Amino acid sequence: MQLHTIWFIIIAVFWVGFFVLEGFDFGVGMLHMLIGRDETGRRVTINTIGPWWDGNEVWLIVAGAAMFAAFPGWYATMFSALYLALLLVLVALFGRGVSFEYRGKGDTSRWRNGWSWALTIGSALIPLLIGVGLGDLLYGLPINQHHDFTGNFFDLLTGYGLMTGVALLTLCLLHGATFLALRTTDEIRDRARAAARRIGPVAIVVNIAWAIWTLVVVGGGTVPEPTQIFGVIAVIFAWLLSSTDHDGWAFASSGFAIAAAIGQIFIALYPNVMISSTNTAYDLTVNNTASGHYALIVMTVVAVIFFPLVLLYQGWSFHVFRARVKAPPAPADGS
Amino acid sequence: MTNDLARWQFAATSIYHFLFVPVTIGLAFLVAILQTAWYRTDNPDYKRMTRFFGTLLLINVAVGVVTGLVQEFEFGMNWSTYSRYVGGVFGAPLAMEGLAAFFLESTFLGLWLFGWNRLPKRVHLATIWAVAIGSMLSAMFILVANSWMQHPVGYKLNSAGQPVLNNVWALFVNPTFLWGYAHVILASLITGCLVMLAVSAWYLRKAQHVEAFGRTARVALIVLIPTIVIQLSVGNQLGVIENKYQPMKIAAAEAQWNSCKPCSFSMFQIGGGANDQTPTEIIAIPHLLSVLATGTWSGPVTGLNQLQAQYQTKYGPGNYVPDVFIQYWSMRVMAYLGSLILLLALWGGWLLYRGKLHSSRLFLGLSVWAVFTPFLMNTAGWLLTESGRQPWIVQGLQKTVNANSPSVSATEIWISLVVLALAYIVLGAADLMLMLRYSRRGLAAADSEAEADQPTSQTPVHALTY
Repeated sequence: MQLHTIWFIIIAVFWVGFFVLEGFDFGVGMLHMLIGRDETGRRVTINTIGPWWDGNEVWLIVAGAAMFAAFPGWYATMFSALYLALLLVLVALFGRGVSFEYRGKGDTSRWRNGWSWALTIGSALIPLLIGVGLGDLLYGLPINQHHDFTGNFFDLLTGYGLMTGVALLTLCLLHGATFLALRTTDEIRDRARAAARRIGPVAIVVNIAWAIWTLVVVGGGTVPEPTQIFGVIAVIFAWLLSSTDHDGWAFASSGFAIAAAIGQIFIALYPNVMISSTNTAYDLTVNNTASGHYALIVMTVVAVIFFPLVLLYQGWSFHVFRARVKAPPAPADGS
Repeated sequence: MTNDLARWQFAATSIYHFLFVPVTIGLAFLVAILQTAWYRTDNPDYKRMTRFFGTLLLINVAVGVVTGLVQEFEFGMNWSTYSRYVGGVFGAPLAMEGLAAFFLESTFLGLWLFGWNRLPKRVHLATIWAVAIGSMLSAMFILVANSWMQHPVGYKLNSAGQPVLNNVWALFVNPTFLWGYAHVILASLITGCLVMLAVSAWYLRKAQHVEAFGRTARVALIVLIPTIVIQLSVGNQLGVIENKYQPMKIAAAEAQWNSCKPCSFSMFQIGGGANDQTPTEIIAIPHLLSVLATGTWSGPVTGLNQLQAQYQTKYGPGNYVPDVFIQYWSMRVMAYLGSLILLLALWGGWLLYRGKLHSSRLFLGLSVWAVFTPFLMNTAGWLLTESGRQPWIVQGLQKTVNANSPSVSATEIWISLVVLALAYIVLGAADLMLMLRYSRRGLAAADSEAEADQPTSQTPVHALTY
């Protein structure tokens, strides 16, 4: 296999890892006020992702940096084309990332509510906007022969891009709900499962519609990819399982559904990395955007050494904090 | 216009980012030392101080991390021509940073923060060291990338005139990187020490928690004294290296318009702006510039006018002289404030030796105010480095003026400038407020947090950290 292809797969794996892991963080962020309800409940829900969200977010950094290193042409065109969308993503990342650390460090309910909203809105905007961006890669944007984007902000808001964003948003909501059911107890767990049952049907409909639209965009046949079929089945399973006691399986299903959703974008994309709606001759491909052979070899060696290590210590961190999160008993003086 | 705006944005966001980074690197290391002291001695004061300064560390990391995201996105967003041209070399250390350092730092920070009483003491101690090492490794890869822009190595130009990586090792032994990295790590340690010293001095001056903050003042001074001594000579050596590879940068930093041999060092001057070649020199010390720039008593320094002529012959017509005013003063801000900090550190060391640290109100008062100096020096250092490379974005390979994104309009950059400025003001205000609040609230809260860690009932329920 060509090195270009290997790096395309590695980048796809980073994006899949990012959405599977940070996907439940987004879901928890969006749902923490609804499912947590009171202050203690909110803190319980936030603490379910407390030790991990930061490490999970690094998957996004690494996905971006790997694109920069392996396909500079792709990184350059994509990031400059999605300019204002990425600016919004950055602002959402600010509000959300800082809220974890800062929310509990103020005393007033105004302070805490403010950061709670930053967490909720930020967690919704990021998957939505990145979804629009990833959808646009496949749908196509006006790109000229120099690989420069020639459109404006409104050209980014393609119907298919928006649909991709909504599909990822519903998957993150579902994934967050199944995660909370797995990580909490008593009423919070009940509310999380109820939320998963309500989100489920919406996610199923949206994802079937999105999968069909993807087939139309890709063209050339009516036979769905196995990834698409398994993805939709996984959403249905996550929904069905959230009515049972199998919290772990429900979570695994929603995780698989997200992996399949991101996976199918990249499968449909290959060997292109960004479609030009101006002229197919201007499409960005793995071949015309890649770094030199030597750089890719170096990066491969680095990835082979460090990626297993990352999986090992991130896995260990998940193992250490595997216990369900419970509110501590109220202190005797009632404060 | 768009190019200037993109430059303003990059300068503003990276200066802002680097207010937080050295605090994180420095404090992570010092907190790891405090926790090691607790592990070794079992003295509860060290645990309280680990907790106390750990909280300040976390408040800073939050902003440091999110502002770092902007930096990574900005290359593609504002500088797509640059990214496309050099990504095959420059992107590699950035990707390595994510894989080898940032994952480590972030995952272990979570383990440390949530791991109190859940992890064995020894393992928990290892997690904070992993954070400290991770943050230093992170800086290493970023400096590798940045040094390549200052002094590109390890590449060849392909048929399209594009740099292609052909020796990755060269990037890591680039002299600009080796000295620059040492300079940045020492600066970070100095920043951490001065923050810790300032907070400790504030309490000692008010005679609160004297025992505990006496210990942290001591740790801060013991790390600070050798660090600042070494830093002054590393900074000097970095100047010699830069004079070799980027002579414009150093000539501009000395406002040396014409070649000299031997060269005297200008201590202070009035004027010296854009094209003012005859500023009023107030004090000049003979031979000192020769010593600083070349490491020899009477070494020659090529002047800006002579370099400009050389560059025009080599690269064609154009202005190759960086902003002399910024260069001259950022060099002096570093050198003068650094010297003052050296004196402060030595004074503190002497007081420590005599056992009078708690009673010298003047020293304690000055130490509190000294907390501003590292931020000025760090900013000055990057101004010197980055402004001194202009007009190049990659020395000798690409000019900044040719590097921005052709598809991004001035309006879009204006929007992002305003949005980022507003967001940074909010983040900065929240950070400053929490830093002051948590610095001043004493140890009671840190103690109660430590208590909450103890299992209180039959079924252990862990405290909610967030």
